[in-house]
Amino acid sequence: MKRRSFLVSVPLLGLAQALGCTDPRSHAHGVYLLVDTSGTYAQEIGKAQLIVNYLLGSLQPGDSLAVARVRSRSFSEKDIIAKATFDQRPSQANAQKRLLKERVEAFAATARGSANTDITGGLIQGALFLKETGAGRKTILIFSDMQEELDKATQRDFPIDLQDIRVVAVNVVKLRTDNLDPRLYLGRLEGWQKRVQAAGAREWRVINDLEHLDALLNS
Amino acid sequence: MADSPFWMIWPGNAALSALAWFVIAMPFLYAARSPVHALLRSLGALAVGPLRLAARSLLATAREMRERNRAVLLAQGREEVEERVAREFERVAALVKRDLEGYPALQRRLLDEITRVEEDYKKCGEVPPPPPEWIEAVAAVAKIKPNGNELVQHLLEEINVSIKAIHDKALAEYRRAYQSRHRILDGFMPFWRALDKTLSQADRKMTSLAERAAAIDAQMERYEAIVRKTDKAEHALTVSALTQFFIASLVLAIAAGGALINFKLIALPMSEMVGAGDYLTASLRTSEVAALVIIFVEATMGLFLMETLRITHLFPRIHSLSEVMRKRMMWAAFVLLLILAGIEAALALMRDMLIADKQALLQSLAATQAHVADGWLTAIPTAGQMLLGFILPFALAFVAIPLESFINSARTVGGAALVILARALAVLLRVSGNFLRQLSKVLITLYDIFIVLPLLAERWVKTARVPPVRTGRADLELGERS
Repeated sequence: MKRRSFLVSVPLLGLAQALGCTDPRSHAHGVYLLVDTSGTYAQEIGKAQLIVNYLLGSLQPGDSLAVARVRSRSFSEKDIIAKATFDQRPSQANAQKRLLKERVEAFAATARGSANTDITGGLIQGALFLKETGAGRKTILIFSDMQEELDKATQRDFPIDLQDIRVVAVNVVKLRTDNLDPRLYLGRLEGWQKRVQAAGAREWRVINDLEHLDALLNS
Repeated sequence: MADSPFWMIWPGNAALSALAWFVIAMPFLYAARSPVHALLRSLGALAVGPLRLAARSLLATAREMRERNRAVLLAQGREEVEERVAREFERVAALVKRDLEGYPALQRRLLDEITRVEEDYKKCGEVPPPPPEWIEAVAAVAKIKPNGNELVQHLLEEINVSIKAIHDKALAEYRRAYQSRHRILDGFMPFWRALDKTLSQADRKMTSLAERAAAIDAQMERYEAIVRKTDKAEHALTVSALTQFFIASLVLAIAAGGALINFKLIALPMSEMVGAGDYLTASLRTSEVAALVIIFVEATMGLFLMETLRITHLFPRIHSLSEVMRKRMMWAAFVLLLILAGIEAALALMRDMLIADKQALLQSLAATQAHVADGWLTAIPTAGQMLLGFILPFALAFVAIPLESFINSARTVGGAALVILARALAVLLRVSGNFLRQLSKVLITLYDIFIVLPLLAERWVKTARVPPVRTGRADLELGERS
């Protein structure tokens, strides 16, 4: 804490004590990371591990993190690889982070590609998880090429609710067809942006440069 | 044309329109001259009156505050000098008790030594017994000239032998007597030395007492000056308070730095105790507040410790406690401070462990080889933090002393600052009032300049009517009215 905060905190302490109240808002940060494991994108799993490590290093005690995979149908708790709401005590939180890291590493070692890509299902599942955590700030990270492919039986063509959630698409690689016609790539991103914003998301963002991961958690 | 302002008599020609309005307005302005002058004077008076009143009131308040400050300052100074004089008297009493309590014994010893020296001196004065009186008869016989008579010769020789024997005996007697006197004189030396030492000791004690007396005299002079309420005493007290204020502020700022370091030491481990996720405000965690509370409690315990040790005098209630209760309270404060210092040392250790754990986690996340440092090297900062955590609470306890000085001197400095502020405000109000009064005069003159043509016409008319003798007076009247 900076010196100014220290000096400000002195009268604030007296005031808070006098009023007998604390800040009722939740300052916890909930993060839901969707990892696309479909098709050739499964090869990018190493980069996903980097992102998980960054999140583990950045999240504070009291924050929540869930890592889930995107498969042919992703609206299921079974797709959550690892999740944790970190303990308020820093030492316990560190232990939880180590455990979560191990689980993700184990998943990365055995990950296999799926036939289809159900990003929408993952988004719905992520939104539900984040609401349950009660976190003050909610972020869904989508580690995918954002190319959704659903089988005929899967229904995802309906409005979804992403109220107060930041949605960040990470490492949105260009497909072979995108290289032929870049409008496909741009159109895909634009389509997702419209859909996410229509769902009430607080922010939509695309981060392809993994050197600047600090923007993952900050608006 | 349609865009021209409504007041333009000749559209598109503002200057001519303004001139026309000026000519039209001039007779009316001339007619309204007296009321407008009165209005401007009234407005000036309206603004000046309250300002002058406020300035006077502020000056009166400043005088009153100054008197009150003076009374408080002198009372404080008197109290302070009284305490110092009392302290000096305590020192003198201790000195008298310690040194002069043994003065009768010292005097007795001195008298004994002097008596002994006198006795010895008297012994030195004793001369050996004079030679026997028959020596004169022998001397007369010895003067008889030898005439060859064997009997006489023999008698004389016998006398000579006897005389020599007596001489030798007397000489030996004299030598013995002088030897014994020399021995007595030799024996003087330790007594002289002891006497000299005893007198030097007494002199030193007297000098020390005299120095204390001089210090009391100086304090008494100050006290008398304060009681007489002299300006010099007031000035000296004000300067002293100002110096105290700045020194105390500086020390308190340093103490605040120490408190900040202390806070940094225990804020992180406190999150292990009260949790890191609770917030009092948007940026203030409960764990940080808990750390602050611990620091404040330490400072408070330090304050009580200083109070019970009678170093500071912030709480009269504590000073009015009985001696037993005061000592109990002192020990309670000390023990609590000791416990808190121990807790801080433990928290400092925990902080180090938490940081090490976090570093290990980050290194494992970064997938790089962890740097293994030497055991004793890593132990140094840990030990340093623990030591700092233990020492800082005790160091913070001494904040009570500058805090007391700050509070005492802040009354004087704040009072003086308020007086200066009130005076400055009064001057500002007075200057503003004068400015507004002059402004009303300037406006009156400007008004007359504006209607100078009708005024000139009036002057000419009056000049034409009034006889030549009275012209000067009319001019004067006109000038006065202008």
